[in-house]
Amino acid sequence: MDKIIKIENLHFTYPGDEIPTLCGIDLEIERGSFVAVLGHNGSGKSTLAKLLNAILLPSDGKVTVSGIDTADKERTLELRRTVGLVFQNPDNQIVANLVEDDVAFAPENLGVEPEEIRRRVDDALKTVGMYEYRMHAPHLLSGGQKQRVAIAGILAMQPDCIVLDEPTAMLDPIGRREVVSTVSRLCREKGITVLLITHHMSECVDADRLIVLSEGKVVADGVPSDVFADADLLWSEGLSVPATTKLLYELNKSGINVPLTAIKTDDCATAVVNALNLVK
Amino acid sequence: MLKDVTLGQYFPGDTAAHRLDPRTKLVGVLIFIIALFSAVNWISYGIMLAVTIACIAISKISIKTITKGLKPLVVIIILTGLLNLFYTQGDVLISFWVITITKQGLKRALFMTSRIILLICGTFLLTYTTSPVALTSGLERLLKPLSKIKVPVHEMSMMMSMALRFIPTLIEETDKIMSAQKARGADFETGSLAQRAKALLPLLVPLFVSSFRRADELAVAMESRCYHGGSGRTAMKRLKMGSIDYLAFTLGFIMMFGVIALAYFGL
Repeated sequence: MDKIIKIENLHFTYPGDEIPTLCGIDLEIERGSFVAVLGHNGSGKSTLAKLLNAILLPSDGKVTVSGIDTADKERTLELRRTVGLVFQNPDNQIVANLVEDDVAFAPENLGVEPEEIRRRVDDALKTVGMYEYRMHAPHLLSGGQKQRVAIAGILAMQPDCIVLDEPTAMLDPIGRREVVSTVSRLCREKGITVLLITHHMSECVDADRLIVLSEGKVVADGVPSDVFADADLLWSEGLSVPATTKLLYELNKSGINVPLTAIKTDDCATAVVNALNLVK
Repeated sequence: MLKDVTLGQYFPGDTAAHRLDPRTKLVGVLIFIIALFSAVNWISYGIMLAVTIACIAISKISIKTITKGLKPLVVIIILTGLLNLFYTQGDVLISFWVITITKQGLKRALFMTSRIILLICGTFLLTYTTSPVALTSGLERLLKPLSKIKVPVHEMSMMMSMALRFIPTLIEETDKIMSAQKARGADFETGSLAQRAKALLPLLVPLFVSSFRRADELAVAMESRCYHGGSGRTAMKRLKMGSIDYLAFTLGFIMMFGVIALAYFGL
């Protein structure tokens, strides 16, 4: 399949720092996939996000997105249109006093025709379910709504790939669900590649692929159920596992044989019921 | 407490005053100010008062909002009134102890205070009925000729709209920090002026620090959304002058020349 993001031997050190933030990352991300990136604070996951749209440039190695080398200064604008970044704090990425004006910001920067901007803004707001709020002031919205507006602002650029850097860290559980379901819908229905950076395990369960970062290196990479099955590794990296994995893990430890890969709530329930039937 | 600040606030609506092109309103306020400062007699002040009341009525902004906006400036208004009242020479009206009130002083105090009040009302109406985005884009268009002589018009208007955008966010944050400091025993309300000013320090420091962090994050977010200065930018909402704008201009100029003529011919 077509690889949208190619990262080769990526190294990155912040100017003035001794210790590299990222040391030797090799990744290829498939077009249209939903990838979760997991890591504790300081593991370099935000840095990775900023390297993808040339906010930061690699100290060594190469990052290519849709065939554009991020180090190519001539094509930075084209690159940033292709890869949209959504950040943690919704307040600090909304630029206008009106929802629809904010969504229009990126296409305005790109010099899109006014009629086309109008169409894109309406489309983007409808996609994230915020169309009724288009005339509202952003600071009066809830955290989840603000973050959806931020996503709409990125969608208006019509990107191929959206990178979300801990978009739910400052949200309550309801807002979190709103954002994650919006994002996964974008991936499934619109075929947009999604890279969701997070430290909430439950958000990784639905992903096609899970990458775990630690100390600037990839320590695990695979289907979420397989990655979580290695609970010991995650714990040693200072991460937790979803509640389902924990339950299955503990059951296994006490001698009840259940598959560790049943991480979705329904699968887990079935697995436990089956195991109980066997015990009887 | 901070939520009461109405300065620079926008009240969305769909009245004729809201629909006017922001450029019309900006120039209109300028005309209004020129006329106001040319007014010298009862008739001209009467005209200005009538125009202001008409504008308030058209914009459907409540009188309460207007008076709330005037509140922080009450001290200045009263002081101006009193100074003019006591320090104008002329025909003595009342005189006791060291206070002398003259007929001219009374008239001047009245004119001065109403001039300030009308000035505030007029300029407030501009921000009350114009969204900050419209206001800055209007300003940008009006000042565009200046960019020929290397004045960074786009950057200035972008900075202005960012500042306006972050006012509510920073007010919210100030409230939050204030509550946090109060919960730890900080006292912002009592003590002498110097003590209270000193008590604000633990409020201002975190506010400053977080503003810089916000600015940094905002800059990255803007760059991520392809912001690269004013060149090649388009606008979703194009400014368009309609018949209502020409009507407003006509009325505005009639008012201004009328008031100037009244002053010139000393009617």
